[in-house]
Amino acid sequence: MLHKAESATTRRDFSWSRPTIVIVILAALALISVACFMTLGARGNWSFIIPFRGRKLLGLLLVAYSIAVSTVLFQTVTNNRILTPSIMGFDALYILVQTAIVFFLGPQMLVLINPYAQFGIEVALMMGFSWLLFHWLFLSGNRSLHLLVLVGIVFGIFFRSLSNFMQRLLDPNAFQVLQDTFFASFSTIDPTLLGVASATIGVVTLVLFRLGHTFDVLSLGRETAINLGVEYKRTVVTILVLVAILVSVSTALVGPITFFGLLVASLAHGLIGESRHRHILPAAVLLGVIALVGGQTLFERVFEFDTALSIIVEFLGGLVFIILILRGAAR
Amino acid sequence: MRLLVLAIVATLGLALVSLFIGVSNVSIGTLLSGSQEGRAMQVMLVSRIPRTLAILLAGSSLAIAGLVMQIIVRNRFVEPSTAGTTEAASLGFLVVTLFAPAWPLFGKMMVAALFALAGTALFLRILRFVPLRDVLLVPLVGIMLGGVIGAITSFFAYRFNLLPSLLAWSMGDFSGVLRGRYELLWFGLAATVLAYIAADRFTVAGMGQDFTTNLGLNYKRVMTLGLIIVSIVSAVVLVSVGSIPFLGLIVPNVVSLMIGDNMRQTVPWVAVLGAAFVLACDIIGRLIRFPYEVPISVVVGVIGSGLFLYLLLRKRHNAA
Amino acid sequence: MIVAEGVSKSYGGTLVVDNVSITLPQKGITSIIGPNGAGKSTMLSIVSRLLGMDSGAVTVDGMDVTKTPSDVLAKRLSILRQDNHMSARLTVHDLVSFGRYPYSKGRLTIEDKDHIERALDYLNLTELSGRFLDELSGGQRQRAFVAMVLCQDTDYVLLDEPLNNLDMKHAMSMMKLMQKACRELGKTVVLVLHDINFASWYSDYIIAMRDGKVRRHGTTSQIITPEALKDIYDMDINVHEIGGHRVSLFYD
Repeated sequence: MLHKAESATTRRDFSWSRPTIVIVILAALALISVACFMTLGARGNWSFIIPFRGRKLLGLLLVAYSIAVSTVLFQTVTNNRILTPSIMGFDALYILVQTAIVFFLGPQMLVLINPYAQFGIEVALMMGFSWLLFHWLFLSGNRSLHLLVLVGIVFGIFFRSLSNFMQRLLDPNAFQVLQDTFFASFSTIDPTLLGVASATIGVVTLVLFRLGHTFDVLSLGRETAINLGVEYKRTVVTILVLVAILVSVSTALVGPITFFGLLVASLAHGLIGESRHRHILPAAVLLGVIALVGGQTLFERVFEFDTALSIIVEFLGGLVFIILILRGAAR
Repeated sequence: MRLLVLAIVATLGLALVSLFIGVSNVSIGTLLSGSQEGRAMQVMLVSRIPRTLAILLAGSSLAIAGLVMQIIVRNRFVEPSTAGTTEAASLGFLVVTLFAPAWPLFGKMMVAALFALAGTALFLRILRFVPLRDVLLVPLVGIMLGGVIGAITSFFAYRFNLLPSLLAWSMGDFSGVLRGRYELLWFGLAATVLAYIAADRFTVAGMGQDFTTNLGLNYKRVMTLGLIIVSIVSAVVLVSVGSIPFLGLIVPNVVSLMIGDNMRQTVPWVAVLGAAFVLACDIIGRLIRFPYEVPISVVVGVIGSGLFLYLLLRKRHNAA
Repeated sequence: MIVAEGVSKSYGGTLVVDNVSITLPQKGITSIIGPNGAGKSTMLSIVSRLLGMDSGAVTVDGMDVTKTPSDVLAKRLSILRQDNHMSARLTVHDLVSFGRYPYSKGRLTIEDKDHIERALDYLNLTELSGRFLDELSGGQRQRAFVAMVLCQDTDYVLLDEPLNNLDMKHAMSMMKLMQKACRELGKTVVLVLHDINFASWYSDYIIAMRDGKVRRHGTTSQIITPEALKDIYDMDINVHEIGGHRVSLFYD
């Protein structure tokens, strides 16, 4: 036993332990999905196909990455395996921002406005909103994260109702312009945003990397984390704001998605079998890539469906939620 | 008691106001003069009175459903739309629309009620497994469950090209209420009366299973009765006017703040204030962009979520 | 040295800790006792910066706990609360390694590993080190948490009812262990205890709280007397001396 503990600490990352094996297999599957996505059914000019599909692939990768990372970290910070950040009203805020643009500036603005500027405004608003929400709730002496999540959800409903309200006041033509942006679709990723989305995710990742050593400690719970010297309030607010940015990026690219993160995070935890983030995070991202890129390949090239993937992914994520709770029962 | 009478009178006053709002020219004068071959009277009988009745019935019974739910779950923050009940009813409605589109509305309502019952029972079952250290975790689980059932519903709605109708009935709207299309809501009144008759049992059941058994009541039976009331009301309101969020949450909480939790006293208040709240929201929705209407679910969503936020943040949850 | 000055804390209008000023003695075991609702746990949480205070100040070796960076304090003072719920699936070894986090921020050195092995050994957990926490009994999990706190190797160790979940045997060995840690490693251990006989038998100093105030404080022989206990718990308690220790009998 002593020997086992010893080997567990030394060179944990390089031994062929279960997490390592799982990650290697997932990486292989992810690579296969990417390869299939790029090559299957391709006829004709490669110099056209590679950049065309490459852009789509990049979009899917960015979405998989941001949803997986944001969900895992959100669950870590809230100490709760059945929550996802997207129930916290960020997607609703995104829709509200879009509606407000149309409402106050007219429907032509959605077309006219520079997509970079629009993206910038949205991300800034989401950051501002999340920072205010988290900071204010923490400062007001209410430390309960469940309260925070619930308040987020209610804000979400508030935003949704408010956008709905504004939409009702719009004329039907303007409403039509808006409606298109509200449904998640993996096949129509806006290519203009890829550059700025990649850059945003790059910056977020850098900051997360610097905070990386706190993740495992935070998953021990608030009091233990403080005892171990983590500046709890500041770290948690920072992580939550970064999570908000990641959610905004994925919402801006493909639209609102609720349960996908739950799906990949739960699968990652289940497959890895322990809670260290250095294993969970890559596993979740790889699972996200497999599900999105592999799924999209399947649907586009094999079954020739259109937007069904997002609905199926949500459906599966929902099932995972129920299984999770019922399995918690068995314990 | 005198206050309650006052509240009832005020609500009836609002109802009267509500009767005279609308595109058609209906006023006491036109009603009495009988001009335009009694068109005003016709509008009054076919549209205005049914609509106002529908509002009163839906508002009071939804608020009661919320109250009953909060007592049987023993959590202040649940109501049919934060416990999966509404979504389950919606799924049931979708299923019956798919497989038996020709059924009368009553039959469809019963199927929706059965689904609502199953969904709520599932919620209660799940709650047994969730550690209840935090009162806020309960509505979170309910909202997630609702989202899951909603995802399943939209999956099937998508597969069978029913998404637009799903959207239509999930958004509460009184503008389509006409004579012959709201009468199911009287079941809501029946449920309210039932809740009043069983009020003491619910109050006792709200103190827990051991406590209830100790007093010689059958806990399971009281819970089942509560579940039936909640499911019937949710289903009836859903199929008649669509879902109205937060109503069942806010009204009982406000009443509880005012006069406490003895159900014998709270039921009439909850019913009256529920009706008054929906009436007020409906009047706002009809006036704000006259002659167009903003659906009730949107108005209640905006006002209700604001009030809910206030309720959440007003309380301090960190007592030692 | 831990010094509290004029500390007050209220929850929703009720004063839970009421203007408490006290200096905790260096080295040895100090127990905080008192009836339910006396503010013991709240006081411990305030001292260990888990909880903010409404007014007053707490310093640890001259450092204000509300202003000092958390990771600096984490090398001086460790705290273990009663309920340690966590969703993370970790082995005992993983958990204990986190005791080194304030020093190495997740990158364990050879020295850290020595500390970890020693802490596991100290609490007889070496056998269990590969097991996941959710596979342990309540008492074993409690020991694992204590091992983590010891592994943190701080001068001050604050424990909130550490004997909860422990049977007599493990409760006794836990107290002996604390005693040993004080003698051998020169630590200052502060405990919230409910059992006054455990407090009497093992502590060097006792602080008695009641209604949010420090009612009495002093050496064990000063506090474990019928008069003092009557004053603290409002009940008649017989005190007998057995083998140089005072034992209280409060059964009617």
